[in-house]
Amino acid sequence: MLKVRVWRGTQSGEFQGFEVPRYPSQTVLDVVTHIQRHLDPTLAYRFACRVGMCGSCAMMVNGVPRWTCRTHVDKVGEKLEIGPLRNLPVIRDLVTDMREFFDKWARAKGEFRGRQTKNDDFAKVPPASPARVQVDTGIECIGCGVCYAACDVVSWNPQYLGPAALNRAWTLVKDERDDRTLERLRAVAGDAGCHACHSHVSCTERCPKHLSPTAAIAGLKREVSKAVLRGAL
Amino acid sequence: MSYRAESFLWIVQRASAAVLAICVVVHLFTIVYAVQGGLSAAEILARTRGNTAWLAFYSLFVLAATVHAPIGLRAVLGEWFGWRGRSRDLCLVVFSGLLAWLGMRAVLGVFL
Repeated sequence: MLKVRVWRGTQSGEFQGFEVPRYPSQTVLDVVTHIQRHLDPTLAYRFACRVGMCGSCAMMVNGVPRWTCRTHVDKVGEKLEIGPLRNLPVIRDLVTDMREFFDKWARAKGEFRGRQTKNDDFAKVPPASPARVQVDTGIECIGCGVCYAACDVVSWNPQYLGPAALNRAWTLVKDERDDRTLERLRAVAGDAGCHACHSHVSCTERCPKHLSPTAAIAGLKREVSKAVLRGAL
Repeated sequence: MSYRAESFLWIVQRASAAVLAICVVVHLFTIVYAVQGGLSAAEILARTRGNTAWLAFYSLFVLAATVHAPIGLRAVLGEWFGWRGRSRDLCLVVFSGLLAWLGMRAVLGVFL
């Protein structure tokens, strides 16, 4: 049997203990699902795809943010403590309110705006071009919020846009089809943006997709600095 | 403070860090070299008094520290103590002035 402690409540609350049967190749999400289906149907949690694509099942597992559907119990030890993602308001039990997280994507001008119309031909972006290669590393983000929960700067500065939103902004800054670069650089500059990052690398350490928001943020700092020095911002 | 000013502060902090890195290395090597024959005030003053090269070097060192330290402290005050806004920046300008005064006082103390 596996001893599991699961957060119950909202911002205030406590961990509740459960004993869950141990199975081979059991994931943390399997454990939570077992509790909800067999031990306590009132447990609130969020998941959808179960295969690491949708980014909805991220939780704190033994104090570390992880995608629970792809985290094997073997990997995290015989004692489990499962809580809601850090740095986000808790709605109930393991469910956090992700609004602020995604609002920050919008604040970082995270939406694409091209300059071509439907009458134009497709943009041809050489896959090996330096800008495209830099975008490649960032576009696989599934928006799970693990990096946001791992980031100490977010906990110190609630206005900070966070690694995911800045990573998104970086992929668009380097997207040659997009025409909002300066507007976006203005949005991500300053104490609430890329300049707040201390390069602790927690986001990169924890990202389940092995992306590097730290590198993306460093790229934004470079681009903002260049724009400031040539007087464009 | 505007995003432009904050971006500028970041650039200035990085540039001053680069200057400090060189200054600290030169300073430490000088100390190690200077103490080999025993350390005395007379020896230090013989090297620095009236020497404009050392005056220029340590003035640059002080200037870099004057610029660098308050910007770093600004982030610490904001993130650890939640102190943001105009009052923080004004205090840091005063702090910067204090660093410049104390630093240049020491530099001129061994030059004049």
